[in-house]
Amino acid sequence: MATTGDLILEVNNIEVVYAKAIQALRGLSLAVPKGKIVALLGSNGAGKSTVLKAVSALLPMENGLVTEGRISFDGETVEQSAPHKLVRRGLFHVMEGRRIFGDLTVEENLTAATYALTGRSGITPDFDIVYRYFPRLAERRKSIAGYLSGGEQQMLAIGRALVAKPRVILLDEPSLGLAPLLVEEIFGIIARINAEEGVSMLLVEQNASVALSIAHYGYIMETGRIVIDGPTEKLVADRDVQEFYLGLAHKSYRDIKHYKRRKRWLS
Amino acid sequence: MAVEFIDIVETSLAGIGTGSLMALTGVAFVIIYKATKVINLAIGEMLMIGAFVFYGFSAGLALPIWASVPLTLVVAALIGGLIERTMIRPLLKDNPVSVFMVTIGLTSVLIGVVELVWSAEPRRLPEFLPSQPVLLGDAFIPSKTAYSFVIAAAAMAVLITVFAFWRGGIALRATATDRAAASSVGIDVPGVFSFSWMLAAVVAALAGILVGSVGGISSAMGLFGLSVFVVVIVGGLDSILGALIAGLFIGWLEAMVGRFMGGEFKLLATFTILLVVLVVRPYGLFGTHEIERL
Repeated sequence: MATTGDLILEVNNIEVVYAKAIQALRGLSLAVPKGKIVALLGSNGAGKSTVLKAVSALLPMENGLVTEGRISFDGETVEQSAPHKLVRRGLFHVMEGRRIFGDLTVEENLTAATYALTGRSGITPDFDIVYRYFPRLAERRKSIAGYLSGGEQQMLAIGRALVAKPRVILLDEPSLGLAPLLVEEIFGIIARINAEEGVSMLLVEQNASVALSIAHYGYIMETGRIVIDGPTEKLVADRDVQEFYLGLAHKSYRDIKHYKRRKRWLS
Repeated sequence: MAVEFIDIVETSLAGIGTGSLMALTGVAFVIIYKATKVINLAIGEMLMIGAFVFYGFSAGLALPIWASVPLTLVVAALIGGLIERTMIRPLLKDNPVSVFMVTIGLTSVLIGVVELVWSAEPRRLPEFLPSQPVLLGDAFIPSKTAYSFVIAAAAMAVLITVFAFWRGGIALRATATDRAAASSVGIDVPGVFSFSWMLAAVVAALAGILVGSVGGISSAMGLFGLSVFVVVIVGGLDSILGALIAGLFIGWLEAMVGRFMGGEFKLLATFTILLVVLVVRPYGLFGTHEIERL
């Protein structure tokens, strides 16, 4: 696709092992061009979250290790030692399950994210940008975050990323546990943030159709490796993707044998 | 026997004086718990080693007080940092129970160090607080109790103000809630750990200097920590304000019970309060009740 200079994030042939025993990724590569949304799709346990944690150096906290390969952010190699330094350089990971600080208020959660601005001169913390994208958080800025609804908590998790003024946001399952209407609303805002703030995004999702509706490029993973990738239009047109990930059945359910068809890229 | 009013007032004031020291030590405990979720059973011994370091500077090296106090606090910070670096951080990823056990071991290590250097003999700190007794109306307060109360109150006022207005307080709480999420928003989690242990060691050492100047020092003075645990459990493990109020209250209660019912009832009263609080509010009077979404 693009040349190296246009890439904000590049993952080259990485292998990840958990607890020195379980291999989660095998020779995985992907790239995120500047200013684009790249979707990483796949079923449960394919290793999508592991990719994000490897990129943001949070793996060691879960006893995981990148054993092979190279990850580079903005041309520099990502070390697996200090995740907070990476955040301060502009790579923000919105973790799966929202992970907001439940007993802090909304505003205190945003204040905590101002630590991401440490060492970057000339940037003042801006909470208004969060309240502009998520007016609902403005109404609840003094509430304890643990009492927010699931959707509001997801908004807060993305809001923390906005405070950090990152160049890349890694989004892990922002649709998790949310009602379909809310999912559409949040993805609409994610697309707007990408377009208006110019932030590149690597988006991990199980909900393939909503992810592909905003992404520019997509990768599909199975058991620790990429199996299909391409620009969104190409993926959406692909028969296998339609069938296995977008849930568009071309045949009637009467023809139940259809489910036994093998995913041909696994053979 | 009629209880005289002035007697009640004097006992109360003395009790609040002791309580302020419990509160200050409780704050040291809370700082560590707030940031690292570690229950530090060695807080009494950290207080003790602070008192002995002060003894070393002020009596051993015969330095003036204005030099001994800051030097003691600096050394205490280094000890706190050393403890965190060598004993706590390697266990970061492990079960909290093993860290808890390590702090039990730490009590023995600290007592051992003190007895090796200074022997197990009780000692007196040089007099440095004014010895003129303080009169509050007609009530008489021993000068050391009065001045140590003032110093402890000032120290706590500073800490509470700092934590209310400085975003570092938020970083501590964020780290305690969720370490991975804290580093994902750019907080230097190992830094927060070191900082909280160093600060707690400094606060404990200050409390140690005050406790020692009132009642002398010995390698067994860490037992003071026992009352402090009651204080922090009653006040709430993660609440500085809780430690403050519970400290003053327990100190007052112990003094009153000791004076009017006899010393043997002191612990009975304290632990009855502890039981009641645990039954009614297991997370303490001011502690955070964890929010769970089902």
